Amino acid sequence: MNDICVKLEGICKAFGSVKANNNINFDVRHGEIHALLGENGSGKSTLMNILSGIYTPDSGSVELYGKPVTFSSPQDSIDAGIGMVHQHFKLVDVLTAKENIIGGNKSASFFTGGKAMSAKIRQIEERYGLKLDPDKKVYNMSVSEKQTCEILKVLYRGAKILILDEPTAVLTPQEITVLFDILRKMKAEGCSVVIITHKLGEVLEISDRVTILRKGESITTVNTAETDAKELTELMVGHPISLDIERTHPDESLRHPILEINELTVLNSDHRPALDKVSFTLSSGEILGVAGIAGSGQKELCETIAGLDRVAGGSIIFKDSSIVGLTPRDIIKRGITMSFIPEDRLGMGLVGSMSIIDNVLLKSYQNMPGAFMNRKEGRRIADGIIERFDISTPSANHTVKKLSGGNIQKVLLGREINLNPELLITAYPVRGLDIGASYNIYDVLNEQKMKGVGILFIGEDLDVLLGISDRIMVLHEGKVMGILDAKKTDKQQLGMLMLGHSLDERTDSE
Amino acid sequence: MIKIQKKQGLKSWQEGLLRVGSIIAALVASGIIIALLGYNPFEVYGAMIKGSLGKPYNIEATIEKCIPLLIMSLGLSIAFKMKFWNIGAEGQFYMGAFGATIVWWYFPTLPSYVLIPLMMLAAIVCGGIVALIPALLKLKLGTNETLVTLMLNYIAIGFITYLANYSPLHEPRTVSQIYRFTDNAMLPEIGVFSSQVKVHIGWIIALVLVVLVFVMMRYSKFGFEISVLGENPDTARYAGMNVAKTLILAVVISGGICGLAGMLQATGPEGRLTYTLSAGLGFTAVITAWLAKLSAPVILVASFLFSVLLQGGSSIGTLTGIPSAVAETIQGIILFFVLAGDFFANYKFVYKRKEKK
Repeated sequence: MNDICVKLEGICKAFGSVKANNNINFDVRHGEIHALLGENGSGKSTLMNILSGIYTPDSGSVELYGKPVTFSSPQDSIDAGIGMVHQHFKLVDVLTAKENIIGGNKSASFFTGGKAMSAKIRQIEERYGLKLDPDKKVYNMSVSEKQTCEILKVLYRGAKILILDEPTAVLTPQEITVLFDILRKMKAEGCSVVIITHKLGEVLEISDRVTILRKGESITTVNTAETDAKELTELMVGHPISLDIERTHPDESLRHPILEINELTVLNSDHRPALDKVSFTLSSGEILGVAGIAGSGQKELCETIAGLDRVAGGSIIFKDSSIVGLTPRDIIKRGITMSFIPEDRLGMGLVGSMSIIDNVLLKSYQNMPGAFMNRKEGRRIADGIIERFDISTPSANHTVKKLSGGNIQKVLLGREINLNPELLITAYPVRGLDIGASYNIYDVLNEQKMKGVGILFIGEDLDVLLGISDRIMVLHEGKVMGILDAKKTDKQQLGMLMLGHSLDERTDSE
Repeated sequence: MIKIQKKQGLKSWQEGLLRVGSIIAALVASGIIIALLGYNPFEVYGAMIKGSLGKPYNIEATIEKCIPLLIMSLGLSIAFKMKFWNIGAEGQFYMGAFGATIVWWYFPTLPSYVLIPLMMLAAIVCGGIVALIPALLKLKLGTNETLVTLMLNYIAIGFITYLANYSPLHEPRTVSQIYRFTDNAMLPEIGVFSSQVKVHIGWIIALVLVVLVFVMMRYSKFGFEISVLGENPDTARYAGMNVAKTLILAVVISGGICGLAGMLQATGPEGRLTYTLSAGLGFTAVITAWLAKLSAPVILVASFLFSVLLQGGSSIGTLTGIPSAVAETIQGIILFFVLAGDFFANYKFVYKRKEKK
């Protein structure tokens, strides 16, 4: 067919002994939205990095509009009209949108302040329905504005083929709707869009065709209209899988309050309340979900319970005794563990350059006797965690940052669970994970709950929160907007509370 | 278009090859310069080897240079591992030597086996205190330790210069000199694996320190804490480590080791506290610690090779009549190539073809 603009054939790319891409065939038509679906480590990012000139394939051919091309650098790919929006934005914080957009652009004149430039940016914005003030500084932008800025950047450079790597991972439901409108508009304007994702709902909503990758190979390409979530999952995972999140019901006798928080107030670095008189109770054998727009106090809540932030007022009672003012180490010893998965996954909790063994020992080494590290014991624990959580790694000596994202998170969560906590705080445990890995983690959490562990689950995806939690607490600007029974509420209600509107009927269970 | 790109990790044999290659390239390059100056490069290199390793007394001189360099590199490696940029080895070295001198000044008649350990202890304490200042300032006020440690060097050197001129320690009828140590304060000499090469016992202390630092950094909980803190302070706090305690203890140990080097140099080859005691080795130690990737056994090798270079360089003047500036040029070229080799171990140049179709 003539309307094929990109054609990748027989692409192979190996890193050492790992075949990241093995004989992949992939094509994009003119004016279509093509989803690239696959689990973590299935080769999506590698393939797109080849298309955007960051990697060169070991073998295989890349054709643009029927002509074979070789990219030796990202610039070649940009020149050919391919633009990639990375998952982690590559913007200069102190510069304006406009300066970021024209930065690195050779055709730009020496001066950057030209009104013509702003006009051109505005024209692109209008054409594709983007909304962004070109003179706004990046550090003042929300996450979705930053993304818009990245999209503008590639459009400004004349990209006709856009690649978006996990664009929705950082957006709220409302922002996703806006993004999808923009993508549809681009499609109408004749652009081709490749969207890398592992969220099935989005694939079905936005794409025209889907190519599924599994373990570095392209399985098949299907028309979105002719498929459904179930089929896509099976193609992606390789075997049938249930999509329902189980809500377990542990024995009622296990249930007794273990964590009571009363009017907890925590100040941020500007001495303004990051948590404002937060009160709630968590029982053993219960999962209390925490919902809220990013930055509503979730991080402070986790860190305060873990003893990292200073309490300005209120009390934290764990099993009948106050833990306010204890050191993080004492709190760990009492059986509270906290795992916070930051956006870069490694920020807190793991040391990227160290082995799995050392990372596993990070929290337990202080309780082992002697002045020396007991790496033998560490290896035993690490091997146990690797087996129990099915972490794919060459060995326990492997450096953590060389693992895939899902495996990194499993190491972190595995270590926390291995400490046999009574209270497990977990923030964004499935951040950036694919379906299979996410469900693994839900199972792990449910298993802990059945054992009588109290779980504070800070989540992003409302569907997941509704599915797994017993109750859901909504935070807005550091205040508790309500604590709802997860079985009796829905996304609309939660969304209202997240935005700071109160509900008429509050259903405080407990 | 040439671009610099980060490289995938090299295999260890490749890296070894690269290092050997860079030294050979350095020798070729400086050989050309020597030839252009009208000397025979082989003769000059021969003289350097002879001057540093030829006769037993050459070897002694090389080892005497190596001891302070090695010990200070070890001290710095501990702080560097924590990403605490201690550039203050010089200052800690001088204050360590000062501490030892004060002990001797007040207890000059103690027997050696009491006096020398006391002097060592004083040197470690004084070096540690000098290092404590930037650590506390960093913790309490968030100051930049690189600047504070660097500037403390000049304070320390200035202080010793003052002592040598205006204090009771100043020996009358000399030009800014401090009294020479009495024999009971001087380090005994002992053969280095042979009776021919005799060096003060600092070499044994240095080797013991290599093992101690290696074991501490690699196998102890404290070393683990230092590494975690260096990699990711947030994680260290989160894991329940006492960040302030670890930081202060590690920096004090780092400074204490550098202080010990000062005492050994003063009571070993020098025989007295002088304000040129370190000969700048505290700065050279930054390079050796870094080139050795902060690994104690590699620091041993790097320090020795550097000492050969320093000693060989300073002796070619007397052996061949080549001006000492040439020797310094050779040292500079070799250092430059070794650092470039380090660069190429991690980065590569990519030549981009400009082609458009």
